[in-house]
Amino acid sequence: MKSLSRLTVVQMKLFLREPMAAFFTLLWAPALLLLFGFIYGNEPTPFFGGLGFVDSQLPAYMGIIIVTVGMMSVPISTAEDRERGVLKRFHSTPLSPAIYLFANIFTYFIMSFIGVTLLFLLGKFVYHVQYGGNIFSVLAGFTISTLSFFSFGYLIASLSPTGRVAQVVGMVTGFLMMFLSGAAIPIEVIGDKVGGISKYLPLTYVVRFLKGLWAGNSWGSHWLDLTVILGLLVVGSVLSTVTFKWE
Amino acid sequence: MKKAVVLVKNLKKSYGEIKAVDDISFEVYEQEIFGLVGPNGAGKTTAIECIEGLRKPNSGDLTVLDLNPASNGRTLRNMIGIQLQESQLPARLKVWEAVSLFSSFYKKNIESGPLLRDLGLEEKKNAYFDKLSGGQKQRLFIALSLLNDPELIFLDELTTGLDPQARRTTWDLISSVRNKGKTIFLTTHFMEEAEKLCDRVAIMDKGKIIALDTPRNLIKDIATETRLRFSVTESPELDLLDNIKSISKYEKSGSNITIYGHDKRMVKDVVNFLVNQNIDFTDLQTEQSTLEDVFLALTGKQIRN
Repeated sequence: MKSLSRLTVVQMKLFLREPMAAFFTLLWAPALLLLFGFIYGNEPTPFFGGLGFVDSQLPAYMGIIIVTVGMMSVPISTAEDRERGVLKRFHSTPLSPAIYLFANIFTYFIMSFIGVTLLFLLGKFVYHVQYGGNIFSVLAGFTISTLSFFSFGYLIASLSPTGRVAQVVGMVTGFLMMFLSGAAIPIEVIGDKVGGISKYLPLTYVVRFLKGLWAGNSWGSHWLDLTVILGLLVVGSVLSTVTFKWE
Repeated sequence: MKKAVVLVKNLKKSYGEIKAVDDISFEVYEQEIFGLVGPNGAGKTTAIECIEGLRKPNSGDLTVLDLNPASNGRTLRNMIGIQLQESQLPARLKVWEAVSLFSSFYKKNIESGPLLRDLGLEEKKNAYFDKLSGGQKQRLFIALSLLNDPELIFLDELTTGLDPQARRTTWDLISSVRNKGKTIFLTTHFMEEAEKLCDRVAIMDKGKIIALDTPRNLIKDIATETRLRFSVTESPELDLLDNIKSISKYEKSGSNITIYGHDKRMVKDVVNFLVNQNIDFTDLQTEQSTLEDVFLALTGKQIRN
């Protein structure tokens, strides 16, 4: 337990000591909300089904955090640590792989959670956002979506020969999803404009799921989204466990 | 009877077609400094990492501290210290954080304060890893390998990349660790390091061990030739040297003369000759063979490419 707690504390410190990673995880989504909120305001409009821009889009912004951490932070830092021999140094101690992974996942989850909290606080106090759902339902949905994307991030890390490859793959898929799945730009705006590519992006399902839970929908009414997210979680976890390498 | 803490029997490890380690056997005894030496690519790192339990050998019997490293890797790593050839810590991890973190991985810990002081890292406690010099990083890795007070310590290419001064400091450090009763298993491609530091060395080339003994015995076995060098002020008549039986040949280059012989009496004979002939000479030195010469004699090639 001592190794788990110390490793977790160290990983959190290391995360916060990388200004870029910390900025993108913690402040990027709140900054976008502030920017677009300033441009569009939060007046109710029929375009968003009688909601304002912030009311409708705030839960989708959770998807920005999920994809930033899952497709960028996780694979890039894991692949870099492997390339530099950091993972091998850990491997040459009695530390168990499970504790190493748990500490990492926990760290990334907490950082994502802090980002989401900032987003919520901003929505509540700056935009007096309308909220129809159950906070625990939303957070549970956020948690499984996060874990699902993390497992994919570890898979990218395992399959990338170098940190640089992981960075390119993570950035390209990450930004593609961020902008075409309805996370950064409302799905109502994207529509079918880019050849319906949205429905092939896993983040689209996460965004729809979280928006639905935010509005107060039941989990059952999102069975398709949930199937995609859980399927990704299972496939990602199995594949990244099988392909995981210390060096 | 010295106790063997590492037993290696017919160890083999291939990567595809390449036989990195090709059937090697040896033992490492308690409280010795044992060196696996050879050029880069000889298979030293593959061998040591199989013994540490970080790699699975294709075949062979390994026993380290009475455990099988392939199946009891984590139990074993609780009892040994490892320094890897190439590894890093996260760039922004501080020295004290690294020490505290790695301590928590082991069941047994020694006090880290005195350890950092002994290694000259006390003032660097709050420094980030990437701000340390090469020598400081290496000393930190030595510290990490000693945190669990291991009886057996593996050091892979410990002094590669260090300047001669830092290398000597590191040798002193390793000797002092052994003097505390530890066993040290190291690899190096510096023959001088092996000669100065190791009690016994195994010379490895192309995956095989080609010689194993104390550095002194290895040198004695090949060093049948003695070389004597000196300078003369005026050009003397040297033909009479031909009459000295212990000399096999001599060379003259300007004012420098080198004499080769196969007999221990050669040095005495030559000095007597110089005194009797009233020849002034300076800078007289005999050249001893080194492990470099041993490697050359055994493989027909220089260890450094």
